[in-house]
Amino acid sequence: MPIIINGAAVSLPDDPRVSLLDLLREYLHLAGTKMGCNQGACGACTVLVDGERIISCLALAVQYEGRAITTVEGLATGGDLHPLQRAFIEHDGFQCGYCTPGQICSAIGMAAELERGLPSHVTADLLLDEILASREELAERMSGNLCRCGAHNGIMDAIAATFIHTETSRSTGPDSAEAAA
Amino acid sequence: MNLLDQAKQAVQGMAQAVMTKAVALAPDSWVPGGQPDPLMHSKHGLIGAPVSRLDGPLKVTGKAAFAAEFPLPDMVYAALAYSTIAKGRIRSLDIARAEKAPGVVLVMTHHNAPRLQPPPLFLSEEKAAAGDNLPVMQDDRIHWNGQPIALILAGTQEQADHAASLIRATYIEEDAQISIAAARAEGTTQSQFMGQPLHNESGDAEAALAEAPFKVDATYTTPRHNHNPIELHAVTLFWQGGVLRVHDAQQLVTHSAFTLSRVFDIPEEKVIITSPYVGGGFGSKSLWQHHILAAAAARMAGRPVRLMLSREGVYRIVGGRSPTEQRVALGATADGKLTALIHSGLTVKTPHNAMPEPFILPTRSAYAADNILLDVRHVELDMLGNTFMRAPGEAVGTFALESAMDELAEKLGMDPIELRLRNEPEKDPTSGLPFSARHIAQAWRTGAERFGWHRRKPVPGTVREGEWLVGMGCATATYPYYRMPGGAARLTLTSDGHVTVDVAVHEMGMGTATVQSQVTAERLGLSIDMIRFNYGDSTLPGLIMAGGSQQTAATGASILAAYDALKKELVALAGNSSPLAGLKPDEVGSRDAGLCKLDEPDRYDSYAAILGRARREEVRVEASPPPPLETMHWSMHSHGAMFCEARVNIVTGEPRISRFLGSFDCGRILNPKTAASQFRGGIIMGLGLALMEETQFDERKGRIMNANLADYHVPVHLDVPEIDVIWTDIPDPHTPMGARGVGEIGITGTGAAVANAIYNATGKRIRDLPITLDKLL
Repeated sequence: MPIIINGAAVSLPDDPRVSLLDLLREYLHLAGTKMGCNQGACGACTVLVDGERIISCLALAVQYEGRAITTVEGLATGGDLHPLQRAFIEHDGFQCGYCTPGQICSAIGMAAELERGLPSHVTADLLLDEILASREELAERMSGNLCRCGAHNGIMDAIAATFIHTETSRSTGPDSAEAAA
Repeated sequence: MNLLDQAKQAVQGMAQAVMTKAVALAPDSWVPGGQPDPLMHSKHGLIGAPVSRLDGPLKVTGKAAFAAEFPLPDMVYAALAYSTIAKGRIRSLDIARAEKAPGVVLVMTHHNAPRLQPPPLFLSEEKAAAGDNLPVMQDDRIHWNGQPIALILAGTQEQADHAASLIRATYIEEDAQISIAAARAEGTTQSQFMGQPLHNESGDAEAALAEAPFKVDATYTTPRHNHNPIELHAVTLFWQGGVLRVHDAQQLVTHSAFTLSRVFDIPEEKVIITSPYVGGGFGSKSLWQHHILAAAAARMAGRPVRLMLSREGVYRIVGGRSPTEQRVALGATADGKLTALIHSGLTVKTPHNAMPEPFILPTRSAYAADNILLDVRHVELDMLGNTFMRAPGEAVGTFALESAMDELAEKLGMDPIELRLRNEPEKDPTSGLPFSARHIAQAWRTGAERFGWHRRKPVPGTVREGEWLVGMGCATATYPYYRMPGGAARLTLTSDGHVTVDVAVHEMGMGTATVQSQVTAERLGLSIDMIRFNYGDSTLPGLIMAGGSQQTAATGASILAAYDALKKELVALAGNSSPLAGLKPDEVGSRDAGLCKLDEPDRYDSYAAILGRARREEVRVEASPPPPLETMHWSMHSHGAMFCEARVNIVTGEPRISRFLGSFDCGRILNPKTAASQFRGGIIMGLGLALMEETQFDERKGRIMNANLADYHVPVHLDVPEIDVIWTDIPDPHTPMGARGVGEIGITGTGAAVANAIYNATGKRIRDLPITLDKLL
């Protein structure tokens, strides 16, 4: 059985050592998915497998036979960018752009986890039906995706603007400083 | 460096000192920047507009091609094996199993590598780019733990990596100097930076300190750091008809092309480096051994080569920031006037580079004090060449200086902002030059108000929320304005009104192409979509490194020079029937896709009309700006007032940053969206410097122990609060566009602002970075 990449059936590599990341980058020339460490430490290689986020450098391609993989190249529909891609541009959620595909794929998977009510390390009340998507909750869930340029604020703003419909807590500025004091 | 190099540097330094004096005394109008750039007053156009990155759509869809993303026919993959000793000789190198491994095309070692010249060391000459000047794989000598000893080429990366793991080396080990304490016991050396001694002295600072009624005298230490851009260092390269063509991740394309040409002893134009997208650099993406090894192997194999370093490989062959041990001693009168300012200490370099971490740089222009003593000394270790990392000098120097200012403020019972304002100098305290523009007091006032500084409790350890102690701290950020020699740009204006800019600059995430397109459009009276900005290519004009936060100014000055040349050409072409007839180029400016008389805008002729009448398809000009004498005529620096709110858990000692504000004075801000990101990015790297970053160097073996992103901690999303940034936006009248660089200043002052906030929260003064929880328990 082949592996499905962005809707297209692709043969599995002959060499079982080939990671899903290398399959994408070196065999299929889908270089949008990035390699930042090849050790599962940076998140730059995050892709979606049947809608769930995984780190593709730590996944062997042969493990994903028959599964549907979505990479950053597969997010836009027709000529239209995914709303999160548009939000990243609007909120300046990147500088060099190298961690960006991983951040975007990760955030899409993360939003689905929130939607399903999966708790995180910072979820205060595990009994609630719905998890409050606070800034802290988003930040915790995105902390596996490193950014070295320091676009963290823009990334959070883009994610919140795309997926969170209620106001998330914003903690900067004189008004909130008043509230904190 | 050998004695000859040192002598050469000293002579350059002396010549520069004479020149500096002459330029300092020259009238303003003789100096570049003597006439303000009219663009600095532009209010309603593209200057200062929050334009989104022009390359945004490419980057968010994964279509921007980075260095390792150029598939080439017949390409082979490279892997490296590294030495496991710090000093000695290779006794034996067993490559037999590697050579027989599947897919292997070449095993290159010092036995079969082509003869190569050592690379010219960065700063040793105008276009040099190498991190050190050691010969590359030319003999059996080992100079550091992690030096490449073999390179494998194979059909796939998996095959190359496997073969590299089969290499077996034995060594004749020699005593390596890898302990700072041991090296120091044998003596330290006065450091030089860019040809000048890192030493300043006026008055008798030690005597003044002894007599001062209020004083602090403390030692601050900072560890090694690594840049850790998320993109691994990589090249995809090939030889074609004697030309070496390199797809690279570069912040010095022209310098690196020159350096490679010297290594391979070929004409400079026979090396072409392109690097349109760079996945972060921060000082690390210059020229290192992997470039040379990959190019040599490609020549031997006659095939294109891809070499992407592993994350460990980056730590082994790309240098980082050196550790420092700094003494800051301040003496003051009861009203807070500094009488003695001492900033001195020790850092570490190698015998093969010229980069002592220059941590006194921020102190030179910081505060008025009657007696000043600044001094950097170093020892040399057998280690990988250390290098420039975001705000070299200032990032760690401001940690020591601004922590000490906080300590002094407490001894005086004075607000730390007030202490800083009372010591504001009227002219540069060490060079004596007037400031080009210095509005730090305004940055302090607006920042303090916005941050709510008045709510800070001066007595430490008195604010508690649940199990968290809360405190506020502040510090001054500072970084110089630089504009290095060698700038040039080409403008091509076509009859349909489009302009192409060609300049060999770099885009590592700063927003270079976006901002320079804005500036060029505004300067030429065009809309931004009429501009095509070509960059990241060593064949384009200009020697402009992405370093020293100078790229915006150097590029702006180059385009301004080309624009002046373009006006001259157009005025000449316009002819007698033009409304511009009889005008000198200086009397005309641009508006609405044409030229007009500056003080009589109705005298206007469009570019299309001028070219049409002259029957020209295009006009092409190339020009260089005058040398950057403005930096010798004025003291030119950006500043920031940094405010931090920190929380420390009383049970675990864990420090968290809950609020941060940077209030900057960096001249005119050209694009608030990309500039804010640069400021925040610097501050976030500063939070890493303050709280977690440390390259662990094993002083027994000389090996970096945490050569990966799991053990070297950088700030992650949950470590980063919302960071507020504001700016004065007051143009510097002596810089292109009125702007000064914004890329590095954010990391300065941040370490001290955090440390001072943690002190205010807990009463614990941590003088040793990073401030990890064990130091707070």
